[in-house]
Amino acid sequence: MLKEIRPAIILLVALTLITGLAYPLAMTAIAGVAFPKQAEGSLIERDGKVVGSALIGQEFKSDKYFHGRPSATSAPDPADATKTVSAPYNAANSGGSNLGPTSKALSDRVKEDVDKLKAENPSASVPIDLVTTSASGLDPDVSPEGALFQVPRVAKARNMPEDRVRQLVTNATEGRLAGLLGEPRVNVLALNLALDAAAAK
Amino acid sequence: MTVIGWIQILLFCAIVVALVKPLGWYMTRVFNGERTLLSPVLRPVEAGLYWIGGVDEKREQHWLTYTVAMLLFHVGGFLVLYAVMRLQAVLPFNPAGQSAVAEDLSFNTAISFITNTNWQNYGGESTMSYLVQMLGLTHQNFLSAATGIALAMALIRGFSRSSMRTVGNFWVDVTRCTLYVLLPICVVYTLFLIWQGMPQTLGAYVDATTLEGAKQTIAVGPVASQVAIKMLGTNGGGFFNANAAHPFENPTALSNFVQMISIFALGAALTNVFGRMVGNQRQGWAILSVMGVLFIAGVTVTYWAEANGTSALHALGLTGGNMEGKEVRFGIVASSLFAVITTAASCGAVNAMHDSFTALGGMIPLINMQLGEIIVGGVGAGLYGMLLFVVLAIFVAGLMVGRTPEYVGKKIEAREVKMAMLAILVLPLMYLGWTAVAVVLPSAVASMANAGPHGFTEVLYAFTSATGNNGSAFGGLSGNTFFYNLTLASSMFVGRFFMIVPAMALAGSLAGKKSIPASAGTLPTTGGLFVGLVVGVILIIGGLTFFPALALGPIVEHLSMNANTLF
Repeated sequence: MLKEIRPAIILLVALTLITGLAYPLAMTAIAGVAFPKQAEGSLIERDGKVVGSALIGQEFKSDKYFHGRPSATSAPDPADATKTVSAPYNAANSGGSNLGPTSKALSDRVKEDVDKLKAENPSASVPIDLVTTSASGLDPDVSPEGALFQVPRVAKARNMPEDRVRQLVTNATEGRLAGLLGEPRVNVLALNLALDAAAAK
Repeated sequence: MTVIGWIQILLFCAIVVALVKPLGWYMTRVFNGERTLLSPVLRPVEAGLYWIGGVDEKREQHWLTYTVAMLLFHVGGFLVLYAVMRLQAVLPFNPAGQSAVAEDLSFNTAISFITNTNWQNYGGESTMSYLVQMLGLTHQNFLSAATGIALAMALIRGFSRSSMRTVGNFWVDVTRCTLYVLLPICVVYTLFLIWQGMPQTLGAYVDATTLEGAKQTIAVGPVASQVAIKMLGTNGGGFFNANAAHPFENPTALSNFVQMISIFALGAALTNVFGRMVGNQRQGWAILSVMGVLFIAGVTVTYWAEANGTSALHALGLTGGNMEGKEVRFGIVASSLFAVITTAASCGAVNAMHDSFTALGGMIPLINMQLGEIIVGGVGAGLYGMLLFVVLAIFVAGLMVGRTPEYVGKKIEAREVKMAMLAILVLPLMYLGWTAVAVVLPSAVASMANAGPHGFTEVLYAFTSATGNNGSAFGGLSGNTFFYNLTLASSMFVGRFFMIVPAMALAGSLAGKKSIPASAGTLPTTGGLFVGLVVGVILIIGGLTFFPALALGPIVEHLSMNANTLF
């Protein structure tokens, strides 16, 4: 049995170096050459400044922008490090609400959001993704229904014709991959960038 | 449920089944030490490792030596991982300036990764430096996966050999698995994931100014290289807190689909390796069929429950499935399917928050783990877990007809049945026992995030996941406390090693037996009767063990939900 100690130590060290350093570092080097944009996090720049990542949702509160889904992410409380405070779309601390199907807190939160959205657009039924938090708290997408629901509000705030805003939503809608995988969706940041660009014209 | 949803599910199953034979063929060659396409490149590395390690690849080990070698390897791995976490503040590759991981959390995480559990009591991006993610976690993802496969190989050799004292050489099995199976697939897989949008950088977290002028710090890192082995090795520990739900850890519908396939690929192919090594591939297909029956049943229930949604939200005028804790790009079907896959295998990666699933939708992942994760299962671990149930099923069948039971030419006798029972019974002892302790300790109850039966399910899920070495969670439970860090670590340890040692003893005892030819009185183990028998034994043993606990959690919650009772 004692003669198993030598291979235990040496193979552990050798395989650690291969799988724990050589492999990730080599992949990083290759990625930097082959897919530099993705490797850095698919960052989006506007006027030379990083405004976000194409894959990461960000918080929109203004009526002029399309809003993403509610986000349950949090951050350490600046006043007391042992506690956390709500910090939607905190991309340095992902997470979901973890509220279950019989949670009163969940039901109350959703009711408040539903009431708000109904007041904003009484003519349409509220899409469920606009009142539920995502798993990561960083969901970059809403459903096409979720985007179309917000068209009247955005058009009014921007003084743009609704048809024009609706057209931007249609342009930004991505279907299932090969008509099969995933769900139809609209990337909110991309849509809002297109909206800003259209308004600037 | 939609037609397109079911097409996605069936496409998934078809691809996994299509990969079984080629991967099984390749792995059989690797573990038999035969030449492969990659040998010209990898053979010198392999031989070099044996040379510096003083390993004689021709010399095989007795089951006990094999087990001791495995345990020594894990002690070393534990110490390295623990040390790297405790020292991360003074080590390189730490651009976010993470401070040392606390003692109890380091202990929990180190146990968690050497046991292939990868339970996350930590939030990756807020706790771990890049060095820990690479040298500590990525590396253990490889080694715990390689160990699982090595152990399965030892047990397979037990069945396939006749009158031999040895079951293989642990060092050779682990080295070959890492070099020839895991690494090459991961290299290609990593590049695919990066192409899909997964970061792979050593640069610091990025500060962006959002369109509305707020500051958003975006965590990045060497994500793709870790995610590849995390899925392929059914480890499941995420780079980020939100795991495979994080857009950087699972950017697209395609990355999601491939990740799901990679969880099952090696585990499913091992049934074929088993078939090839015992000389009849149909033996492997029979085992895969048992897994398939249980899997499809689980997917159906979870998909149905999630697509139906929750009555609390429908009461507010909303329609559609349960989208709380799910991502839009995956939707109901890909989230439900992922949840069943990740718990059927002992992966534990999540692309949706299981804590927010409906009562029945979340019960299936729980049941999958309580059955011992034998539906494909963890790489290696699933196969040896399933073979334990096969031994029991054969034993039960033998009792029914009054003959000494035999399986693939081996007589199953008292010692084998005892070892199988020991391995199977140790799991409920841990997860039911610790759950019982936790729910009477006020400090442990305080960690629950949800009230009512759902809170109980959170605790039961945590101990089940830890014992089953899964690592997925009902994430609301605040597990990073002294009590949970230690009790969950003990569950992970016992769930892994107290199952491995009896399984290895079984391997040793089987290898020593003579192979006997099948006779007219032998129960055929390749047909529908056998598949039905094994499924029945799994459900009866499993059901009797954990049904009372489920009744207190998800079942009563389902009834409350339908009665519109909120907590």
